[in-house]
Amino acid sequence: MRFDFTDEEKAFREEVEDFARTELPPDWDEKALYWPAGYGTFPGIEASFKDMYDELLRKLGRKGWLSLGWPKECGGMNSMTRHVILDDVMSYHRAPGGDVSTAIAAPTLALIASDEMKKEWLPRIAAGELRFWLGYSEPNAGSDLASIKTRADDDGDAFVLNGQKIWSSGAHIADYGWVLAKTDMNAPRYRGETLMLVDNRTPGITIRPIINICGIHSFNEVFFDDVRVPKKNVVGQINQGFYCVMLALQYERLFVGMGAFRRVLEELVRYVKETKRQGMTLGKDPLIRNKLAAMAIEIETLYGFYWRTAWMMDRGQAPEPEASALKLFGTELSRRLAGTAMEILGPCGQLERGSKWAPLRGLINLGYMDSISGAIGAGTSEVQRGIIATRGLGMPRK
Amino acid sequence: MDFDLTVEQKLLQESARDFLARECPRERVREFEETGEAYPPELWRKMAGLGWMGLIIPEEYGGSGGSFLDLTVLFEVMGFNICPGPLFSTVVLGALPVLAAGSEAQKKAILPAIARGERLMTMALAEPDSDGDASSIMAGATPAGDGFRLNGIKLFVPYGEHADSILWVGRTGHGENAGDGITVFVVKNGVPGIEKTGLKTLVRDRQCELLFKDVRVPKDSVLGKSDLGWPVVENTLEKASVVLCAEMIGGAQAVLEMSLRYARERVQFNHPIGSFQAIQHYLADMWMDIHGSRYLLYKAAWKISEGMEAGMEAAMAKARIGEAFRRVTLQGHQIFGGIGFTKEHDMHLYHKRSMTGDLQLGHGDVHRERVAVRLGL
Ligand SMILES: Cc1cc2nc3c(=O)[nH]c(=O)nc-3n(C[C@H](O)[C@H](O)[C@H](O)COP(=O)(O)OP(=O)(O)OC[C@H]3O[C@@H](n4cnc5c(N)ncnc54)[C@H](O)[C@@H]3O)c2cc1C
Repeated sequence: MRFDFTDEEKAFREEVEDFARTELPPDWDEKALYWPAGYGTFPGIEASFKDMYDELLRKLGRKGWLSLGWPKECGGMNSMTRHVILDDVMSYHRAPGGDVSTAIAAPTLALIASDEMKKEWLPRIAAGELRFWLGYSEPNAGSDLASIKTRADDDGDAFVLNGQKIWSSGAHIADYGWVLAKTDMNAPRYRGETLMLVDNRTPGITIRPIINICGIHSFNEVFFDDVRVPKKNVVGQINQGFYCVMLALQYERLFVGMGAFRRVLEELVRYVKETKRQGMTLGKDPLIRNKLAAMAIEIETLYGFYWRTAWMMDRGQAPEPEASALKLFGTELSRRLAGTAMEILGPCGQLERGSKWAPLRGLINLGYMDSISGAIGAGTSEVQRGIIATRGLGMPRK
Repeated sequence: MDFDLTVEQKLLQESARDFLARECPRERVREFEETGEAYPPELWRKMAGLGWMGLIIPEEYGGSGGSFLDLTVLFEVMGFNICPGPLFSTVVLGALPVLAAGSEAQKKAILPAIARGERLMTMALAEPDSDGDASSIMAGATPAGDGFRLNGIKLFVPYGEHADSILWVGRTGHGENAGDGITVFVVKNGVPGIEKTGLKTLVRDRQCELLFKDVRVPKDSVLGKSDLGWPVVENTLEKASVVLCAEMIGGAQAVLEMSLRYARERVQFNHPIGSFQAIQHYLADMWMDIHGSRYLLYKAAWKISEGMEAGMEAAMAKARIGEAFRRVTLQGHQIFGGIGFTKEHDMHLYHKRSMTGDLQLGHGDVHRERVAVRLGL
């Protein structure tokens, strides 16, 4: 056993720290209000951040940092550990360290795509030139993804897409959809879906905004009306889309914004040391000390799941149920952290960003709303518990 | 033991439910949150017509002489419908202390107008970095001529911009206890020297910052006795906590009902999600949390109604119910999945209120400490 990083990994962390300090806009700390493990205040999800995000992504690409976790033969470094170190640092700064394309789609493509497809897509993704959105959920297919209705009909060299996706985060600022559609209406469950890359500019696509409870346009509804998708854009095998999505989900579960947990804790510690209530420094109050200490313990526990999942991936093991535990524990901790932080701020916690008296720039107030999302998106807590119990612990299915 | 409401209380409950379902559906609440309006004036007039502002005001002052328990019943319904407006600040933070401590002249001047729905009231208590406790009250009142001069800053004053009069809590002296030397003043909103700034809060509930700069008030504006105002405030806060609990229980009940309905309708994996054990367990926990809490609420309300000491019960209720409401809304959100995370859905209205309700008037930790004190610790 050894719970430490190699010297190279430590040096790498320093390098990413330097990068974040020099490349993020000077007023970034003021603007960025991302809540750990939330999906509604994602850095860069707001259209106003698009240019900044696109540029940052290209800079990360030039460093070779968007492909850290990919296999060497795909231009990567084959180190998920480095990938999560980078994400830890960038999320500490509440900044994006990649995109759906780089962290979810690309490693999946590396595993299952044809060589031509890899050649066509991976270099551009590694350069930070492409952004993707995830087109899984539909109004009547959330947890039960196999019941999707969007269909892709075979038409020579293309599939023709018809249907609707919902909760499509960032579809309005992305280039391609990573879309699951039915290609065999008569196949048994899980055997008739195909995953494909859909260019947002294709005629027949309509993207409509949905405002989330933080008041932010992160979600969209995406409608497909006879949208032609070239067959070369199919990811993996036709009718094997469900299996591809399961692989991709494992990478998605690493998205917990690890560093942002650490950041919030640090900010709260500073806040209670600087704030007096009833003549007493808050940090001297045993109740408050206890709450923050409890959060520190939970955050350290989450780090355990985080590093372990990456370590397993680096050894070629499937992190199951570890990745589900990381996602479940992280997103539920996100809610607890928000609640605890609000209790510590007291009545001032009610104040929104922009208020004179709002502590920590209203970050906690917004985070309290966003903290709802983690335990719902990317497979709900109930679904994760099911995965842990069945696939992890071998419990029988009904 | 009798766990039932009286026939009159049931009538009140039913008519309030019907009225608010009709006049204050949740779409209206959402619309209203976006406007800058103080309160929906037409709704307010109709509520006055139903006698809600005068419910607890004795008949001799133009009210209907109802009990505190009646008020609790009404506010549970208000919370169910998350009905906006200054009823809480006017009746609970205004009429109750005037009733408890006001001079005959003050009662005559204030209460009938409240009962008619013609006067809005509020209390200005909390200051920066305080939880509204006596020791943190710095705002001061000094004798000036035939009255007083008031100075200081107050935060989180509900409807502070709109209230016709403010019960302003300030320090007139110091004594052995932090509560000694506190005086409550009835201040007409609009006298020179008051600066008002609206606060942007999670629930657009029109709280504001009030800055008093040399505000002159006459001697007879003191509510009760000079220097002896803290017990009046404490008593008001105790009742206010219980009423807030009633609103929160109503809110939690609404979340449970919405969740039950959705769990029956929403189908995944070819079954209503309510047939999955995970969801059933949430619903069972929600129900248990609400029903357990409702007992604490009504026991506290009943004791207050009967004129009994209810400090322990009020603290237990406030400590538990704020957190129970938070738990219930989180479970509700879990049941609704993605759709509950949108602005158009109603869940966030309750989610926000659960947090705000827990924080206002002291959250769980504050009230557990009060329970501990009463345990002899
Ligand atoms: C912030 C956010 C961002 C998102 N971004 C995207 C995105 O970019 N792309 C995308 O495709 N989707 C996205 N989603 C959608 C997300 O994947 C779904 O919301 C999620 O899978 C749940 O589906 P649902 O909302 O339809 O809820 P439902 O599946 O209807 O679930 C409702 C409730 O029933 C429970 N339930 C369902 N089935 C079972 C069962 N068998 N046993 C026990 N309990 C069960 C659920 O756990 C939940 O509690 C996002 C969601 C959120 C909140």
